[in-house]
Amino acid sequence: MHPYLQIENVSMVFDTKNGKFHALRDINLMLDQGDFIALIGHSGCGKSTLLNLVAGLIEPSSGVLLLNDREIRGPGPDRAMVFQNHSLLPWMTCYGNVHLAVERVFGAKETRKQLKARTEAALELVHLSHAMHKYPHEISGGMKQRVGIARALAMQPKLLLMDEPFGALDALTRASLQDELMRIVQETSTTTLMVTHDVDEAVLLADRIVMLTNGPAATIGEVLSIDLPRPRDRLALAEDVRYHRLRHAVLEFLYQKQLRKAA
Amino acid sequence: MSAVTFEEARSPDVMASPASEPLAIPAQVARPMPKARPTPWLQTGRGRAFSAALGRILRVSLPPIIGMGLFVLLWQLVSVSSGAAGLPGPAKTWEAARALFADPFYDNGPNDMGIGWNILNSLYRVVTGFGLAAMVGIPLGFMIGRFAFLSGMLAPIISLLRPVSPLAWLPIGLYVFKETEPASLWVIFISSIWPIILNTAAGVARVPQDYLNVARVLALSEWKVFTKILFPSVLPHMMTGIRLSIGVAWLVIVAAEMLTGGSGLGFWVWDEWNNLNVEHILIAIFIVGSVGLLLEQGLLWLAKRFEYA
Repeated sequence: MHPYLQIENVSMVFDTKNGKFHALRDINLMLDQGDFIALIGHSGCGKSTLLNLVAGLIEPSSGVLLLNDREIRGPGPDRAMVFQNHSLLPWMTCYGNVHLAVERVFGAKETRKQLKARTEAALELVHLSHAMHKYPHEISGGMKQRVGIARALAMQPKLLLMDEPFGALDALTRASLQDELMRIVQETSTTTLMVTHDVDEAVLLADRIVMLTNGPAATIGEVLSIDLPRPRDRLALAEDVRYHRLRHAVLEFLYQKQLRKAA
Repeated sequence: MSAVTFEEARSPDVMASPASEPLAIPAQVARPMPKARPTPWLQTGRGRAFSAALGRILRVSLPPIIGMGLFVLLWQLVSVSSGAAGLPGPAKTWEAARALFADPFYDNGPNDMGIGWNILNSLYRVVTGFGLAAMVGIPLGFMIGRFAFLSGMLAPIISLLRPVSPLAWLPIGLYVFKETEPASLWVIFISSIWPIILNTAAGVARVPQDYLNVARVLALSEWKVFTKILFPSVLPHMMTGIRLSIGVAWLVIVAAEMLTGGSGLGFWVWDEWNNLNVEHILIAIFIVGSVGLLLEQGLLWLAKRFEYA
């Protein structure tokens, strides 16, 4: 069986005003269905570029990306994206924002009633049924991000892409959303690729952590398998020796192997 | 309690004691009053709320009232100092205005109509001319904002034509249409179209990339992108353009009607000038100002309803 997502020899060169900028080189990565992969690295290393390549928002300079054995050409609703700054449309309610996505994906073959049920179910999944008819500016940052997740999951994507989804939130909100995300991903067994710069978040959530070297021309430095049993509990892990060993491995990569190059 | 400290602080022995002996003050404050006075109403909770509200109202309304009062005073001074045949004063103008507004909608033939008809005529021209400008300007603005090629094509033309004084377009209108009515509509159209085009185009160019990325990830159809993302996002900018356009149109219509004649506020001003009825000219200035203010405020209110936090 082929891997679900295949990234083969992908390089990315941007044409900028100051000449060519080599962002990524020789990226090779395979994801199986149901995998949760965290992409981690120093800022500017091209994590988001790699995510945008999988989303199809940009095209690779060389190499190929395959999802389910089909080449990724342009963006599509089979790869739902959760943006760092939630990107909800401010002129629609939470319901409206999720419904826009639901309608796009299922509108052709389902009745209005079914679409409504899907939208409501997605908001229920992130515990936001009570705020369904509020506008984005009426709810908190954490709630907005939950709507963003609901919008992405409601599309039943083949792949859930998350670009530092909790980066803009405070620590407590972030923790509760991480727990919710863990639960949801396990319930729906969604294949997920998440960009993060938070070591704890990566170790807590991921099956594998893909660590990128510093740019320019960043590539995959190490891949760390997180073999902690699921469901994971952040309190229990705090005293788990394996957790600390894994966390240490990531920190070591980021702050010993990579920091000197950045300086 | 604050009343007590206030009384105590004023008592002579406290005033006499130097600041280096702060311990003496609390001892005196703590001294029990022989008999509790009823609190004055202004110091009760309700009284305080009342005086605070009164203060707020005064702070907001006093400056404009004083400003208007000084303005009327200045007007009176100018009118008195200019002599009997000079500028009419506020009282005389007020009397004339009362007579004028007593019967705003009479109609004694084309050159003698009530003030109400003249206002409505001017408003009708503004709305028609502006409506035509919006019908052309909004789609054009969207296209200029969306297609860089079109923007490059039209930018020099717009830059060249926009600074032209509105009335300079009137002879062209008269020549082409051979009639005054379409000519004045043409002047309104051409002078109010620029703010609509430019603001709409700027709004389209400034649609946040995040929203467009949402559209791309969802792979929305062009129609959905327009109705769900572009249009709502551009609407506040468009409203600004509309507000500026109507402001310009209202400025221009009075001048245009002075030249074309027939009906409307501008015609009326010129007609009263020919009759040497200066009170009516002053009244006309107030009417033009008030209607302009109402238009502006109405559109601001409308724009607020389309704003997203």
